[in-house]
Amino acid sequence: MLIFEHSRPGRRAGAQAPAAAPAADDLPAALLRAGLPGLPEVSELDAVRHYTRLSQKNFAIDSQFYPLGSCTMKYNPRACHGLAMLPQFLARHPLADADTGQGFLAALHELQDMLKAVTGMAAVSMAPMAGAQGEFAGVAMIRAWHDARGDAARTEIIVPDAAHGTNPATATMCGYTVREIPTDRDGNVDLDALRAAVGPQTAGLMLTNPSTLGVFEQAIVEILAIVHAAGGLAYYDGANLNAILGRVRPGDMGFDVIHMNLHKTFSTPHGGGGPGAGPVGVSERLKPFLPIPYVIEERGFHRWAEEADCPHSIGRLSAFGGNMGVLLRAWVYARLLGRDGMRRVADHAALNASYLAAELQKAGFDLAFPRRRASHEFIVTLKRLKEQTGVSAMDFAKRLLDYGFHAPTTYFPMLVPECLLIEPTETESKATLDAFVAAMARVKAEAESDPDLVKGAPHGLPVGRLDDVKAARELDLAWK
Amino acid sequence: MPFIPHTEEDVAEMLASVGVADIEALFDEIPADLRCAGLAGIPAGESEMAVTRRAHELAAQDGYYLNFIGAGAYEHHIPAAVWQLVGRGEYYTAYTPYQAEASQGTLQLIYEYQTMMTRLTGLDVANASLYDGATALGEAVLMAVRAGKGDVRRVLLPATVHPRYRAVAQAMVRHQGIELVSVPYDPETGVTRPEDLPDGAAAALVIPQPNYFGMLEPVDALTDWAHDRGMLAIALVNPVSLALLKAPGDWGQKGADLCVGDGQPLGIPLSSGGPYFGFMACRQALVRQMPGRIVGATVDRDGRRGYVLTLQAREQHIRRAKATSNICSNQGLMVAAATIHMALLGPQGLRDVALASHANSRALLDRLTAIPNVRRAFAGPFFHEAAIRIDGDPGTVLRALRAQGILGGQPLGGDYPGLADAILVCATETKTDEDLDRYAQQLERILSKRREAPPCAYKS
Repeated sequence: MLIFEHSRPGRRAGAQAPAAAPAADDLPAALLRAGLPGLPEVSELDAVRHYTRLSQKNFAIDSQFYPLGSCTMKYNPRACHGLAMLPQFLARHPLADADTGQGFLAALHELQDMLKAVTGMAAVSMAPMAGAQGEFAGVAMIRAWHDARGDAARTEIIVPDAAHGTNPATATMCGYTVREIPTDRDGNVDLDALRAAVGPQTAGLMLTNPSTLGVFEQAIVEILAIVHAAGGLAYYDGANLNAILGRVRPGDMGFDVIHMNLHKTFSTPHGGGGPGAGPVGVSERLKPFLPIPYVIEERGFHRWAEEADCPHSIGRLSAFGGNMGVLLRAWVYARLLGRDGMRRVADHAALNASYLAAELQKAGFDLAFPRRRASHEFIVTLKRLKEQTGVSAMDFAKRLLDYGFHAPTTYFPMLVPECLLIEPTETESKATLDAFVAAMARVKAEAESDPDLVKGAPHGLPVGRLDDVKAARELDLAWK
Repeated sequence: MPFIPHTEEDVAEMLASVGVADIEALFDEIPADLRCAGLAGIPAGESEMAVTRRAHELAAQDGYYLNFIGAGAYEHHIPAAVWQLVGRGEYYTAYTPYQAEASQGTLQLIYEYQTMMTRLTGLDVANASLYDGATALGEAVLMAVRAGKGDVRRVLLPATVHPRYRAVAQAMVRHQGIELVSVPYDPETGVTRPEDLPDGAAAALVIPQPNYFGMLEPVDALTDWAHDRGMLAIALVNPVSLALLKAPGDWGQKGADLCVGDGQPLGIPLSSGGPYFGFMACRQALVRQMPGRIVGATVDRDGRRGYVLTLQAREQHIRRAKATSNICSNQGLMVAAATIHMALLGPQGLRDVALASHANSRALLDRLTAIPNVRRAFAGPFFHEAAIRIDGDPGTVLRALRAQGILGGQPLGGDYPGLADAILVCATETKTDEDLDRYAQQLERILSKRREAPPCAYKS
């Protein structure tokens, strides 16, 4: 049932709204709404019960293993939530003067410094509100740098074919055309194709490392040298930064500009699709172009750097400077982990991924890149199973739900057929991984013995397989 | 080890399964000369107890103020149930609902949210949210240009739109050769007059209601002006005001085509600026040009109703370089809060919030303008904030108010040179008569340069 179906005319939650206020008799009638908006009329208990029950129809990290590749669904520590929700932090108005927010700004400045240290970049702005917005800021800075040098001939951004869709979409929003380059059979960027692709039209390259294929680009130094020699800049997509925390830094690899996904590497919650945070880091030469605001410290006083401080900035990305509550959560997480804890993140993410890959291979699954070391994630391809049984990666994923496991990422990256991109994260125990292997093996056995059972999955959830085609053809986007 | 469950025995067994001697070996594909020995620049980890203490100290250092700043972020009471429900792990720790059958909670909630937004705005469809109001405006500009097949790359953006929103929209659209044309406001009334709108083709006119000064624009005339010239009308609104003010879908003869704004007033704490969420609603005919996630209803194999993300062919993960936007996330958790907030308030409750805010701001303006040499900057109707002019420097006066624990409003001179003596003040339903009196008394005292003992109560 929808909340609207619980509605009864005249019912009110009562305690939540202010006492009746005088009519707005000073406002011209032509500007007023004729009647009340069609919102539900329910009691407080109606609402609490409805949204509690709805929540129970969700899979979540708190209740299920969620090995969703590229998404880093690890435990979200409760302390991060509790401390970010301290009432003084929540009550602070974004335009309140800096002298009323020195505590808050000090925490953010600490985080900003820690993000610099962990990535090896010269400066960081935490203004971007999501990974994709971090990408936008990064590519806009690449553009600003070329523009500042009067180099208007650079019109192309190079993106590997395995990249997240946000990379090419971002390049378009920044006014660039996109040139895709292929991946070789071991999952590395095809160097010959890259050499052929670069030229005076190259503005930059966007690269995820470890890549979305779950392997480290071994020729990273050479890749960056090729791009730099052509006059382009190198962008590091930090989607997989958690795989290398404390092991290797994007700044040391030679990247000019990066973004981080704090909702992945720094364990802020995904919240059913957001909010995230996508801070950007830059090398010295891109510093003038950083998005505003970012925190600066002057003799112990913290304040936001604004337009007057940064005349060459690419500008503002939000009305009030970013997803502050998300940043506070990441600050708590970083303080709890410290330098050793961050390194342990990469160590155990890699250990869990390598172990899971090994165990699945022993259980008869095909790895997409069996000759490579898994980073923090890896790809199983069900191509053989599909040919033998007709069961697709989609069917397989839906059947895993029946066994209480969220599905791995399916059909991404698109260049691997029937792919399952699996990321266990460091916060899962060996026992959980073993149970997942057993479920994978069981679904595989079902696919071989009773493929229709798997093709009809899920069977044990609030709804069965939903009709996506009908949803798109007969649009029903609001209740009437 | 915080958040890592492995025992030494586990690690040994797992390494044996992989066939390596130690964890170091798992990183052997990284070129040796790139590897770092550690993270010297990062402090050592601390216990939850120690970090808790530090966070409480920082929060206490900031303390509380009696707040009269609005300017795009508004203090409202949030029912206790809202964030207790939103904090449930099933919402808080779920991912984007790509696996629909395992995400019916989030998906149905977004469908309910989309429905609520269509009803508030009077438009046909709404998306699952964008980052914030300012980026929603930028996306609306891009969408309006797309809807016109990209032929006309010019959008009219009145000076009465929030200056930060204009800056963000500019940063978002500048790389695509789109020109944002400023429109001056009437200095008497602080609103946009149709006769001041420029000639020439444009894809759309942005119409803020209330505008940045809190003033109510002549939305019917502006909407019709845009439609008469073949432009789209983009409404930029405060969602709480819509319980009281005319829905954008009813503006003018044909109604606004697109509506955006910031959802923060619907149950999101001020939180120093975020996370908030941007909302977007539009006419059915424009739905395929919308950016961001959209949830639709459908059925399963047994005909049971369910919800999925739909029209994904617009989005970056499918369409890549040809997507309607690069946006990937929606502000899911904020939308959950707003949906529950709207359900708890209901139509009458939300209207009461709007009415009480309006009444309080009127009462505040009456008290403030009773002070000698304090007057309203603009004549005309306003929603829940308005600009005052004072006889003195707003920066100095606001600093003196802060020393008394009062945030007295947003100075306007930085963004509007002609308003160097003006302060934008806001009073929502959260303010009592005593709060309003306190502000008025302190402002009067400061302006009259009377000093309370001890004088050291002032910070410089």
